[in-house]
Amino acid sequence: MSEIKVNDFVIRFANVNGTGSASANSLFTKSIFRMGVPVTPKNIFPSNIQGLPTWYEVRVSEKGYLGRREGIDFMVCVNPQSMTRDKDSVKSGGYFLYDSTKPLHSQYIREDINYIGIPMTELCNNAFTDARERQLFKNIVYVGALSAFFNIEFNVLEDQLGEQFKGKERLIEPNIKALKMGVDYVQEHFEYPLDIRVERRDLVGDSIMMSGNTACALGAIYAGATVAAWYPITPSTSVVDAFGKYAKKLRINKESGKNNFAVVQAEDELAAIGMVIGANWNGARSFTATSGPGVSLMNEFLGLAYFAEIPTVLIDVQRTGPSTGMPTRTQQSDILEAAYASHGDTKHVLLFPASPQECFELTAESFDLAEKLQTPVIVMTDLDLGMNDHVSRPLEWDDKREYQRGKVLDTEALEKFENYGRYFDFDGDGIPYRTIPGTHESKGAYVARGTSRDEYAVYTEDGGAYRRNMDRLIKKWNTAKEMVPAPEFYQEKNFSACGVLFFGTSTYAAEEAIELLKQEQISLDAMRVKAFPFGKAFVDFVNSHEKVFVIEQNRDAQFRSLMMIELGINPEKIISVLNYDGTPITADNILKQIKSSLKASE
Amino acid sequence: MSYVRSKFRHPMLPKNDLGYTVDYYEGSLSTLCAGCGHDSISAAIAQACFELNIKPHKVAKLSGIGCSSKTPAYFLNNSHGFNSVHGRMPSVATGANLANRDLIYLGVSGDGDTASIGMGQFVHVIRRNLNMVYIVMNNGCYGLTKGQDSATADSGSKNKSGSVNLFGAIDLASLAIELGATFVAQSFSGDKTQLTPLIKAAMSHPGFAFINIISPCVTFNNNAGSTKSYDYVREHIEATAMFDFVPEMKEIKADYEEGSVESLKMHDGSVIRLHKLAKDWNPLDRVSAMNAVQNAKAKNEILTGLLYLNTGSQDLHELLQTSDRPLNTLTESELCPGSEVLKEINASFR
Repeated sequence: MSEIKVNDFVIRFANVNGTGSASANSLFTKSIFRMGVPVTPKNIFPSNIQGLPTWYEVRVSEKGYLGRREGIDFMVCVNPQSMTRDKDSVKSGGYFLYDSTKPLHSQYIREDINYIGIPMTELCNNAFTDARERQLFKNIVYVGALSAFFNIEFNVLEDQLGEQFKGKERLIEPNIKALKMGVDYVQEHFEYPLDIRVERRDLVGDSIMMSGNTACALGAIYAGATVAAWYPITPSTSVVDAFGKYAKKLRINKESGKNNFAVVQAEDELAAIGMVIGANWNGARSFTATSGPGVSLMNEFLGLAYFAEIPTVLIDVQRTGPSTGMPTRTQQSDILEAAYASHGDTKHVLLFPASPQECFELTAESFDLAEKLQTPVIVMTDLDLGMNDHVSRPLEWDDKREYQRGKVLDTEALEKFENYGRYFDFDGDGIPYRTIPGTHESKGAYVARGTSRDEYAVYTEDGGAYRRNMDRLIKKWNTAKEMVPAPEFYQEKNFSACGVLFFGTSTYAAEEAIELLKQEQISLDAMRVKAFPFGKAFVDFVNSHEKVFVIEQNRDAQFRSLMMIELGINPEKIISVLNYDGTPITADNILKQIKSSLKASE
Repeated sequence: MSYVRSKFRHPMLPKNDLGYTVDYYEGSLSTLCAGCGHDSISAAIAQACFELNIKPHKVAKLSGIGCSSKTPAYFLNNSHGFNSVHGRMPSVATGANLANRDLIYLGVSGDGDTASIGMGQFVHVIRRNLNMVYIVMNNGCYGLTKGQDSATADSGSKNKSGSVNLFGAIDLASLAIELGATFVAQSFSGDKTQLTPLIKAAMSHPGFAFINIISPCVTFNNNAGSTKSYDYVREHIEATAMFDFVPEMKEIKADYEEGSVESLKMHDGSVIRLHKLAKDWNPLDRVSAMNAVQNAKAKNEILTGLLYLNTGSQDLHELLQTSDRPLNTLTESELCPGSEVLKEINASFR
């Protein structure tokens, strides 16, 4: 046995899609979380319902590193289809657990890894009669085996099964039986625990484990969204699913039993965003969720919402493009598309959450911002954040918080308002006053339009009026710069000539990389960006460094382009750290890229 | 277009129950061609709202893109309007309606806006039985881009350049009935005596009310091949100046007896035959209505009037069981579950 690694390993499960492995695998992950140890699971799944290989990777990290890490310490291989590749991906000295009902073919043998054969099929065929049970419980058997190998507390597993099958108690017993079959087999045939193992800690505090999509949905519930219109697309589907689920619990009128919300599955993404714009124009908070291909389709409507100045909330759970790309892999590659969606001079406010807690917070805030600025706000999350569970700070809501509906004139205000014009800049901040249909019998009515208009919303082709309007929209954009969430800094005062900036799901790996660099005496000032447009704090950070590394997950360095376009920064000063193979970026990858760049410039 | 509208109103103009005269229901000056059928429809809408004693601010006007979609600016000046994007009015209307079920939603579209680019949304708004009036001002051509055939142009008809349309027409009324629209009517812009009551009926219908209105394009669907045609005239002025010639023309008006067939000569010389619904047709029976439309079509007639009515349907709000109070009036305390509930939610994720 080599050195004992406590709470620091990566385990990967190779399963067949549609065989019930997902709930068994999350049972494993949650147990480690409940033992107080930071853990981060990643689903690597196919665009398929049944039959293709799917992987589930779990990183256990005492230090709290929640990014992905390369190198598999332990492979649970129950999928013959992917066995060659799975065997190759194990680190030297690592473990390979397989179903030994049939002997392992010599082609899968490597001299430098340890093999653990458990006859899962045979055990289940002997213990269960139903074909589906025989299949499902194979997964539970390996979880039981792993609990013995890693020293996972058995009662933690038992408790979860109790919660999971509350109301269906008859399912608990066979699950526990299967778990024990795994434990017993290990105890009878192997030395345990292994040199990689779990030990109880108190490192997760009151954290929760939640997917970003669920958190976005809850953000929309808390922000008072009443109309959700959407078209199904991976990886965003679970946002509206979760919204509907929570709305059915939390948004039922107590007296009438009717719904204080409406969810409409639209015929396509165009209709989905059209409904959102219609509802927001009419004074209801409304949103949609989609991914890159959906944003492409929504471009036309986003331009309308920008130009007609209608609050709009869009959650973009990014996936790997271009085109259909890799629909079940992650990327941050919709940045330019979202920032400048639609023809003509358009720009949109973007928010970049980095955790479920922030998905909740920024989704809720996006409704305030959209109404305050009367423009689309796009929440830029991604597949990794949206569909995987993440250890996160708990969601928080201040009951004193009030919805900020922006400049909306009610009947009384309209009564007092003289010479109302929908697109007048009364306050000098570029933001006009809007009215909701049906408010006043004779004041405030106007035609919202995608055509050019004057201050009174009357159609015009007068170049002067058009230009005044476009200039006011830029004034509003400048107002937005200090209204959107400010970036977060990792140091009180800059101390390095080099800075690094990142956003969204690159955060976990970036933070880890910064620490690793520090250990090698390379210190960087760091900034996590939360929003576009860029405010003064962002500009100051960039200006006060000779060199700024920009970490992002796309091929074309889209965020870097955004900085060049909007701030006119010298391209030589901004150095890209990129990852675009569809898997979440790793600290190791960032470390290598930054080090090689620094070395090259020495 | 006209440049001025007389401000003079007869002092004895009749008032409706709200004390308004019909001019209170008018809009801005139309920029459509003089004699355009669409302007007659706008007038009929204003008249219908006047006669129904509707408060204009309780109407929301929505449209897509095209000549027809410009018209919401030309009626009901005290209503909010939304001139959205091409073919997408139904989705905007759906969202607006979901936000506030208490307003009257009046959608205006054209044959290009509905039967081509907007076909998908048209079909789906019918499926959802959204409580709205959906008017198509149907002229069989693309007016704003100078007269290309639309998907409702009949096969064999000549466009302004004299070429013959090769493709079959999409019959929007038949399609609406087939898809289960709960109120389907067809009319002619020149027939205000039929149109106004139809619009009134549609506005009173609690569900999706569709009116396909044949509305001639005086400028582009006209006298192909003639030396007096607009093409011919344009060819002759092209060399001298930037010049667009749109002559004043009289609107086509039609008046006919119940049950009779009338042939109407169009500006371009083609003929529309109008057939009033026979009394023995049952507009409450979908199959009977479909038969009636198809039988008329087989005789090259356009059936007008109310074609089909379903009085027992549930609209989108009823289907979704949304709150009786409009969603846009719900307050923060009704919508936000609060921090205590969030603590429970957090606990369920540990």
